[in-house]
Amino acid sequence: MANVLPSQAEGRALVDGNRFKMLDAAAGAALRHLPATLAILGCILLWQLVVWGFSVPTFMAPGPLDVIKAFGENAGVLWANFWPTLMEAVLGFVFGNVVAVLLAVWFVHSPLAERAFYPIAVIIKSIPIIALAPILVLLVGNGIAPKIIIAGLICFFPTLVNMVQGLKSVSPAMLDLMRILSASNSEIFWKVRLPSSLPFLFAALKIAATSSVMGAIVAEWIGSSYGLGALIIEATYNFRSPLLYATVVIAASLAVVLFFAVSFAESKIVRWKPTTDH
Amino acid sequence: MLETLSRSKQASVGAASGSAVSVTNLHIRFGANDSSFTALSDVSVEIPAGSLVTMLGPSGCGKSTLLRTVADLVHISDGSVSVHGQTPRKAREGRDFAFVFQEATLLPWRNVIDNVRLPLLVGKREAGATYADPEELIALVGLKGREKAMPHELSGGQRQRVAIARALVTRPRILLMDEPFGALDEITRDKLNEELLRLWQETGTTILFVTHSIPEAVFLGQHVLMLAAHPGRVKEFMTVDLPYPRSLAMRDTVEFIRVTAHLRTLLGEC
Repeated sequence: MANVLPSQAEGRALVDGNRFKMLDAAAGAALRHLPATLAILGCILLWQLVVWGFSVPTFMAPGPLDVIKAFGENAGVLWANFWPTLMEAVLGFVFGNVVAVLLAVWFVHSPLAERAFYPIAVIIKSIPIIALAPILVLLVGNGIAPKIIIAGLICFFPTLVNMVQGLKSVSPAMLDLMRILSASNSEIFWKVRLPSSLPFLFAALKIAATSSVMGAIVAEWIGSSYGLGALIIEATYNFRSPLLYATVVIAASLAVVLFFAVSFAESKIVRWKPTTDH
Repeated sequence: MLETLSRSKQASVGAASGSAVSVTNLHIRFGANDSSFTALSDVSVEIPAGSLVTMLGPSGCGKSTLLRTVADLVHISDGSVSVHGQTPRKAREGRDFAFVFQEATLLPWRNVIDNVRLPLLVGKREAGATYADPEELIALVGLKGREKAMPHELSGGQRQRVAIARALVTRPRILLMDEPFGALDEITRDKLNEELLRLWQETGTTILFVTHSIPEAVFLGQHVLMLAAHPGRVKEFMTVDLPYPRSLAMRDTVEFIRVTAHLRTLLGEC
């Protein structure tokens, strides 16, 4: 791709400078990621060779070609089960993080609330999420609700811890400055505490983006008839290994896409760097 | 430039006596009764309006504490501090003073002009109060053209210039500076010292300046307030008899060296 670009771009450079810059950036990115791309392709090739060389039966470990074939044959099934999992993961992500951020704001303004409720958050965190799933199914039924709650719970804790730390990370001198300016608590919050917590928040959101997919899939294992999690269980029991692998690839891709979506948002929102005066 | 910064606030009752800050029998103690630490003990001093007073002393003498008490950042244990006849709290709410910290303390997510505008966006603003134009102030501190720069794109000295512009935007009658150039290299510090003197002479702002450098204290100060440590108390309040405008070359004159030598002896006794 890189050697095609210059001639293509040369023709367009006069017409559309922006497009040229975009292509240039794409070529640069491709070159930068070349080692990683080659390594991944190498691994896939090795996998296929091992499957061929040792005549591994398909139900035990399908080769990449079988998996690619499974994508084609099961496109409809995969697509139909992809959407519910995406919905659960995204709604859980939003719900878990909103609750965590609001709780963190409350903790920072009320030390009493922090002392009272932080331990409860830790206790909830220490219950294995997979053990929580059946309890939630009994509590709220077998619909989309327990999946969203579990995806949300998995996002909740890292965001709470990071957000509390972020909101407290304001330098004492900055608080002195705001006091001398007679700023109100809400002005201090919106103008100083919230912006300085954003790098901490995004660090947590990036963790939450990938774990929300995991939460949704784990929740689907417990008595669900749809979603990537249910498909994983079904494919395993029926020894449809290529479909199982294809589902896992889709689930991983979903997590990666959500991760990059959060990273993109971060690069647009946090455009500053901390300054060190010494 | 002079018009931008000329005093518009009415002189209040206390100013009639000619002192901007008047400290009487001030005691500052930190901590609970049994484990309390005395930072300042029986400090009394008058800072004349329009003067430039530098504060010197060994570490732990409470010079920063004294400055922070005037700025209403420290609770007064005993005695009184009056800023233009008002309590520090009233003076703070009336935007009578501004503070420059050792670190520039710029908000890293706001560009230069938005940092300078910050005091105009927060806190109680007096009805009808006229503030300085942020753009003119940025030009005054020598950063014209860098209005849109982010703090991490500036050098330490430039950031401190922005902090000074931000302090001046409310047209304070008193500028409180806590080792503002302490973290800068010597060349930058010399340049900013000269510019601060120019600013002071142009605006007539009262400046209280904490430093740990004797030459800086003498070069800038119309008066030098020396504090002794353990507990913090006034050692001497002396007038520096060197004419203004002062230039850096003055630091090599006999008179200058005589004053710094005297202060160095005093500092040794503290």
